[in-house]
Amino acid sequence: MSASTDDTPPASGAARFDAARLASVLLPVAILVLALAGWEAVVQINEIPPYILPAPSQIAATLVKDWPVLFGSLLVTLRITFLALFAAVVGGVLLAILFAQSRWIELSFFPFAVILQVTPIVAIAPLLLIYLEPGTAVLVCAFLVAFFPILSNTALGLASADHNLRDLFDLYGASRFKQLVYLRLPAALPYFLGGLRIGGGLALIGAIVAEIAAGTAGQGSGLAFRIIESGYRLNVPRMFAALFLISVAGILIFLIFTALSHLLLHRWHESARRREA
Amino acid sequence: MTLASLSPTLADREPVVSLRGVGKTFSNGTVALENLDLDVFPGEFLSLLGPSGCGKSTALRLMAGLGRPSRGRVSIASHDPGERRGNIGFVFQEPTLMPWATVADNVWLPLRLKGVSRAKADATIRDSLALVGLAAFADAYPRELSGGMKMRVSIARALATKPAILLMDEPFAALDEITRFKLNDDLLRLKAELGCTVVFVTHSVYESVYLSSRIVVMAARPGRVISTIDVDVPMPRSDSFRSTPRYAELCREASAALHGAMAPDDHL
Repeated sequence: MSASTDDTPPASGAARFDAARLASVLLPVAILVLALAGWEAVVQINEIPPYILPAPSQIAATLVKDWPVLFGSLLVTLRITFLALFAAVVGGVLLAILFAQSRWIELSFFPFAVILQVTPIVAIAPLLLIYLEPGTAVLVCAFLVAFFPILSNTALGLASADHNLRDLFDLYGASRFKQLVYLRLPAALPYFLGGLRIGGGLALIGAIVAEIAAGTAGQGSGLAFRIIESGYRLNVPRMFAALFLISVAGILIFLIFTALSHLLLHRWHESARRREA
Repeated sequence: MTLASLSPTLADREPVVSLRGVGKTFSNGTVALENLDLDVFPGEFLSLLGPSGCGKSTALRLMAGLGRPSRGRVSIASHDPGERRGNIGFVFQEPTLMPWATVADNVWLPLRLKGVSRAKADATIRDSLALVGLAAFADAYPRELSGGMKMRVSIARALATKPAILLMDEPFAALDEITRFKLNDDLLRLKAELGCTVVFVTHSVYESVYLSSRIVVMAARPGRVISTIDVDVPMPRSDSFRSTPRYAELCREASAALHGAMAPDDHL
């Protein structure tokens, strides 16, 4: 956004850059506040009943009032999300390393990963609910959606280590293990982190979708279950409050992995460096 | 055919690298090298000069043990037969540094792969970086260096194992001329200090004459040696060598050999 300031002297350029940065934070916040105020006004002026559309103030009040219930549900959903993501990272990275060892292994097993990925999770969930405990089924669903991006990104990263560097490792007689640890895993890191960011978001979606598919059979207490339960009771403000928490959880997961990515890559990877104007 | 043209002083000595009847055919059917006989003698600076596709890089890679010859034999003299490649350093056309590692850690790599700890390697790393004039940049990341500096790091890394043979595959081809001249001088100084044997692949006539004690001119399709030029100008050489009549004469000679080697559709 400071691209048009190239003819200004450095000092005022820097000042304008700070102003631009400030604006980049303030502007979206201002728009968000305006939108919420508009929503509030529409509900108040038209006297829309809360079971049709609750005002933001009422959603906030519900959030506070129902906090013990909602927070408990949030923890359940987050627990499922992160357990699934953890399993997806372990499984995806190990399988990617296995694929990297031999083209034949990759050719043999990759179709399974693709089949699992392209089959919509909502369609698999009812089957899993028959075979597994509801809690486990939800976890497996979340795992399945998070697994593929981590596997495919890491496999791509492991395969994209610089060929000259691989020659160099060969020249110095490096074992396959040393080649993996010192060359292929670091080279795969940016790709893995990209997969982790996608997988993190998908694990949350998977956890929610699976719980919705489980419906009341879910006997669960995650946020998706709260939404269904509140829907049956026409408790629309609580539905919105649960939805709000899901969004916040998704944003937090994204921010955590973006920060992690920056932390690990900012010294060396192009993706994490700012371009000079 | 090259043996006949060697000066007697070289021919008397045991070669450090010897290629006999070497041929290389790639999996796509391209014949990169055909019946190549080549000896590299201790202490010499040998340049392989030729157009693209003449197999000069392939020959260098075979010397390094990167890939096997399809025909013929590559032998390397080594004091320690168990460590056939241990005394070879290789510099690629690109700096080929690990972007996630600092300059010092990049130079550490060959030692690390041999099981030398960072603490034990520290002195060697510092010596190697000092040799190429980058002592102050040990903690920088490759991303923060210029093209010429990255190439210096690459050379420092190749020197870290104190190799008896340094193989260089068009290392300065991507650099601007000023940087290139500077690195040419640095390379000659390093060679004099370390006393290693250098095999240098280039497509620049001027570079090969300036650096080498012997130039092997190669032709393409199939890759083969067509002539050998002894550069009988003693070291040390400096920039003034570039303006001597002998330099011009040798450049003309190498250039003529190179043009004789090229088909009309060849590229340098």
